[in-house]
Amino acid sequence: MSKKELLCGNEAISEAAIKAGCRYYYGYPITPQNEISAYMALHLPKVDGTFIQAESEIAAINMAAGTAATGKRVMTSSSGPGLSLKQEGLSFFAAAELPLVVVDAMRAGPGLGNITPSQADYFQATRGGGHGDYRQIVLAPASVSEAAELTRRAFYLADKYRIVAMLLLDGMLAQTREPVVINQDPLEDDFDKSWAVTGCKGRTPNVVKSLFLQERSLEEFIEKQLIKYSVIEETETEAELYHTADAEYILIAYGTPARMCRSVVDRYRAKGIKVGLLRPVTLWPYPSRMLRDTLRHAKHYLVVEWSAGQMFEDVRIALGYDRPIHLLSKLGGSLMDIEEIDNKLDELLINQGARI
Amino acid sequence: MNRFNVNKNKCKGCGLCPRVCPKKILRMGDNMNDVGNRYVECIDDDKCIMCCMCATMCPDWAISICDPRENKILFESERS
Amino acid sequence: MTTYTMPESLKNVRTHYCPGCSHGIIHKILAECIDELNMRENTVGVSPVGCAVIAYEYLNLDMVEALHGRAPAIATGLKRALPDKLVFTYQGDGDLLAIGISELIHAANRGENFTIIFVNNRVYGMTGGQMAPTTAPGQKTLTTPYGRDGKMGEPIDVMHLIEPFSNVKYLARGAVYHPNEIRKTKNLIKRALEMQISGDGFSLVEVLATCPTYWRMSPGEAMDYVKDNIAPHVQMGVIKEQ
Repeated sequence: MSKKELLCGNEAISEAAIKAGCRYYYGYPITPQNEISAYMALHLPKVDGTFIQAESEIAAINMAAGTAATGKRVMTSSSGPGLSLKQEGLSFFAAAELPLVVVDAMRAGPGLGNITPSQADYFQATRGGGHGDYRQIVLAPASVSEAAELTRRAFYLADKYRIVAMLLLDGMLAQTREPVVINQDPLEDDFDKSWAVTGCKGRTPNVVKSLFLQERSLEEFIEKQLIKYSVIEETETEAELYHTADAEYILIAYGTPARMCRSVVDRYRAKGIKVGLLRPVTLWPYPSRMLRDTLRHAKHYLVVEWSAGQMFEDVRIALGYDRPIHLLSKLGGSLMDIEEIDNKLDELLINQGARI
Repeated sequence: MNRFNVNKNKCKGCGLCPRVCPKKILRMGDNMNDVGNRYVECIDDDKCIMCCMCATMCPDWAISICDPRENKILFESERS
Repeated sequence: MTTYTMPESLKNVRTHYCPGCSHGIIHKILAECIDELNMRENTVGVSPVGCAVIAYEYLNLDMVEALHGRAPAIATGLKRALPDKLVFTYQGDGDLLAIGISELIHAANRGENFTIIFVNNRVYGMTGGQMAPTTAPGQKTLTTPYGRDGKMGEPIDVMHLIEPFSNVKYLARGAVYHPNEIRKTKNLIKRALEMQISGDGFSLVEVLATCPTYWRMSPGEAMDYVKDNIAPHVQMGVIKEQ
C-alpha cells in the first residue's frame, strides 16, 4: 500500500514525475517553484536520473529538447518570467513534435511582478506564448493530489500525442502542503519512439528539426497538427461539474479559486440557493462545447479568476453575448477572501430580487 | 581513364583546386555545367602526379583521381 | 586498394554552400573522422542556426537542429541521455559567441562530454554578412559599413574564454586554406572525438574558415587571407590537452 505523504504541490508533481518514468529534469531557480528543483536534485540520483541546474531557463528548455529528442521522458519547470524565456523553446518542441512536461507555478506579473500566487499566465499557456501556429495541452490541478495525478497524465499525453503538456498552477497550490498518495505504478511506455535520435544503427538517420524550407512542407506539417489537435479536443477535454445540473448561478473557476468556489456552492446550496461550479481541468483544450451545449440554463455565470479576466474570454467565446457573464478578479498577486465571492454572488442575487 | 576526373555538375567553379595544384595544370574551363557554373578542367592530364591535393581541397567532393597504369582509384568522390 | 573513398557519413549530394565555402571541406573531414572512428551509427550531431543549419542534409547520421545559440544545451541533454554515443555540435561564430555564449561557457564549465566544431568565418553568412563577435577591427560588414571600431567591441577569442576551466580537456585551432592544413585540422578533430569517446570531457576545435561571399573576395583570395592575415596572429594547433 503506497504511503500517504505530506507534500506541497511542487513536491507532489516532482514525485509523480519520477514515478511516471521521468529520469531527466533541467531547471533554474525561480520562486514559487524552487521545491521542484530541490526535490529533483535530491531524488533523481536515487533512480539513476539526471538533474542539472541550468544557467538559464532558455538553456534548461533546450537541454530538455536534447533529451526529448532521444525519446526519453523529461520535465522542466519555472514560473511566469521563466516561462516567458522558454517560449521559443516551446515553439521548437511543437515544430519538432517532441514530448515534454513543463510546469508553470504562477506568480503575479507582468515583469518581475511579485511572488504571490496568480493566474495571469493563462493566455501565455493556453494561447501559446511562442511564435507560430501550435497548441499545447494545459492541465490545471486544484489540489496537491490532483497535481500528482495530472503530472502523470501529462507524461502520458505528451508521449501519446508527441506534444507539450503543461501543468498550470498558482503559486499557492504549488506551495500548499496536503496529504497525498502518489501512484506508484510505472506509467506505460510502449509508445512508438522510432523517430528518436539514438544513433542510426540499423536504420536510416533520424533528424529532429523545426525548419521547413521545402515549399508547402510547413503548411502540410501544420495541417497534420491541426488534425492532432482536434483529436485531442475531442478525446482529452476534462472538466468537473459540481451541482450544475439545476444551477441558476454557475461559478466558473480553476485551481485554488475553484476550491474556494466549491465551499461557496456548498454554503449557498445549504441556504436553498441553486449555485453550481464548472471547474475546467484541461485549460487547453477548453471545455467550450460542454459549456455551450449543456450549461446554458443558468441565469448568471460568475468567473472567479486571479487575473484581469483571461479564462473569462474562453467563457465568453463558449457562451457568446446573450448569456450574462460576470467576472470577479484579483489582480497583482493580492489574495482573494472567500467573502468577496459571497458579496459578488449576493449582488447578483439582489439584482434578481432574490431574498438572501 | 584520366588521372584527373571532375563531376562537372558538382563543381561550382570556385577555383580552389587550381590554386593548390603543384603542377599548375588546372584552370576554370569555358564550358558550363547543367546549372550554369563554369567547371574546372585539366589542361594536361599526363602531367598530373596524382597527389590528390586538388581533391582534398575541393569543398564539393567533385574530383576523383585515378591511376590509369594500375587501374585503381586513388581518390574517389563518387560513391555509387 | 583506394586510398580515399567518400565517407559513409557524408551524403553524395550537391550542397547549397557558396562556391569555395569552407563548410564543404569541414563537413568532409568531420565525416572522415566519424567514419575512421567507426562511429557513424553511434553519433548524434547538432546543427546550429546559420549556413550549416541543414548540415543534416549532408551528414548521413542522426542529427538535431538547434535553436540559435542553444546547441551546447541541446548537446548536454543529448549526451546525458545517451552517454555512450558520440555527440558533437557544429556551430558558427554568431551561434557560439554571440547569442549562445552563455550555453558555451556553462557546458564547458560543467565539462559536458561532447565536442564542439566551431567554424569561425568572422561574419554572419546566412543572414547577409553582418558583424560577428569575431569580426576583426576595421573589418567592413553589413552592420559595420565603416569598419568595426572599438565601440562595437573587439574580437572574442573562444580559447581565452574557456581554456581556464579545468573541465575543458581539449582545445585546438586549425584552418583549411591548404590541403596540409586540412589534414592537420582533421587530426585535431579526430583527437577531440577520440577524447570524447574515452570519456575525457569537453572538447572544442575551432576552424578558421572563409566566407568568400561576404568578405567580398574570391574563394582563393579568402583562403590566402586566412593564411597571410589571420592564422599567423593566432595560436594554431593544440591549445589545451589534458
